[in-house]
Amino acid sequence: MDAIPVYKTKWKWAILGLGLSFLYLPILSLIIYSFNANRLVTVWSGFSTKWYGALFDDALLMNGITLSLLIGFMSATAAVVLGTLAAFVMTRYNKFRGETSFAFMITAPLVMPEVITGLSLLLLFISLGQVFDLFSQRGMLTIWIAHVTFCTAYVSVVVSSRLRELDKSIEEAAMDLGATPLKVFFVITLPTILPAIVAGWLLAFTLSLDDLVIASFVSGPSATTLPMVVFSSVRLGVSPKINALATLIIGVVSVATFIAWWIMAKAEKRRLQELRTGNAK
Amino acid sequence: MTTQSSAKLKKWLTRLTPSGRCAILAVPYFWLFLFFLMPFFIVFKISFAEAVIAIPPYTQLMTMAEEQVQILLNLGNYAYLIEDSLYISSYLQSVRIASISTLLCLVIGFPMAWAIVHSSPANRNILLMLIILPSWTSFLIRVYAWIGILKNNGFLNNILMYTGIIDEPLRILHTDTAVYIGIVYTYLPFMILPLYTALMRVDYSLVEAARDLGASTTTVLLKVLLPLTKAGIIAGSMLVFIPAVGEFVIPELLGGPDSILIGKILWQEFFNNRDWPVAAAVASVMLLLLMVPIMFFYRYQKREMEAG
Repeated sequence: MDAIPVYKTKWKWAILGLGLSFLYLPILSLIIYSFNANRLVTVWSGFSTKWYGALFDDALLMNGITLSLLIGFMSATAAVVLGTLAAFVMTRYNKFRGETSFAFMITAPLVMPEVITGLSLLLLFISLGQVFDLFSQRGMLTIWIAHVTFCTAYVSVVVSSRLRELDKSIEEAAMDLGATPLKVFFVITLPTILPAIVAGWLLAFTLSLDDLVIASFVSGPSATTLPMVVFSSVRLGVSPKINALATLIIGVVSVATFIAWWIMAKAEKRRLQELRTGNAK
Repeated sequence: MTTQSSAKLKKWLTRLTPSGRCAILAVPYFWLFLFFLMPFFIVFKISFAEAVIAIPPYTQLMTMAEEQVQILLNLGNYAYLIEDSLYISSYLQSVRIASISTLLCLVIGFPMAWAIVHSSPANRNILLMLIILPSWTSFLIRVYAWIGILKNNGFLNNILMYTGIIDEPLRILHTDTAVYIGIVYTYLPFMILPLYTALMRVDYSLVEAARDLGASTTTVLLKVLLPLTKAGIIAGSMLVFIPAVGEFVIPELLGGPDSILIGKILWQEFFNNRDWPVAAAVASVMLLLLMVPIMFFYRYQKREMEAG
């Protein structure tokens, strides 16, 4: 594994340069034009921050942001619980009845086209609504259920990759020393897989925040999430306000990612250091 | 006597209450079964119903008549999909656009994954983060950004006209080209990540050996790297192809009136025509069409999650 050669050819840098500029060009253009004074987005007529002000005056948009953050928070939290359980089952259980269907149910949501998921969930909610009163009104609850369902699959992928790397002998040792399975989980397993759980939570949160198609299907008139507001505005054409919103989102995500990366890099460094001093003894 | 009966009761209770192992499995299993698998059966069921003006806007399949349960299967929706050439052509167009986009993602993604793998370990992490970072910002907003770039008086045309490469603005927005750009842009990270994982696992002494024996770069790529990374290529391709077939937002925002993809048709049948049974039939056929690729992906992902 260590023997991967490091190339320093100009080809490599050309590939990376081109690829990354393709990924970042649209983002850069959004940021630049968000400071444009002109209403016609792509015609530059001087620096201005007025669209940021206009953003905060837009009640519809602000309501959408609040609702989306709330749903995102609740979906990510539930998905982390379900996803961690699912990852446990996938990595630790040898054979059990229904294994094939279980594995199918946590891998297929990763690729299932959103229109299919959205339509099928809505039809389920309508069928359930005829029996249970709880589902007769669609809104926050139904969006939450839909988001938890597809986020669980993503969380289980992230957590299971960490669980696989985990040294099982520590858990076994604790078990031999008389710890109950529950105690082993909370004292040993959970702290070790915590970075993956945090990463899974963040991934689920952003996925939930980002979802337009599924939410459009399962939502009712009472709940309009941020992507739904943005989509109806974007359909009518480009708007400088959306550019300002995009810039804010990009800013928040970049800062959050950088902090997470910094914390993880520091933890990794400390771990390596401990390993080294441990060996020295 | 009392201890005996309480022991008996305890034994009976433990048999009745599920073990921890079972409970861990049951919670996610039940949730996913109810909210992921069950809905497909309902879609399938409703695809045999008839559209009516009511709430909900479809007929019931089972009716009680003359004290007997009657099941009425209406194949009309499927016949309609075959008769109207719009549906078949949009299925074909979706598969075509998704296939070409997948190939483009592979052609762009493979060199990028290769370049990341052959960087120093510290650079590798930074580069990976740079690849993932855009997909953490809103998907909708990134697609929207391309409208501003590809418009007739947009960023790209402005630059090309300014530098004198073209005299007239290129019409890219609202064409298939824009759809390709949108799909490749959005799904590229999903191609790069599994390719990166696969390339990291390659034993590079094999590449070295091939080179020592006089293999050209092309031979090394075709005979060594591609076969060794097959699993990653399949996973990445499925991660792009399957969602791209049902894509709605990208063709809606970037595509023209003639890029009628099946995701868009489903959306319109549902939201604009309010013909839910036809929408359900469209979804059922799409699901059937995607079953083979989904099984491919499932087998790879299952092995990935259980390995180790």
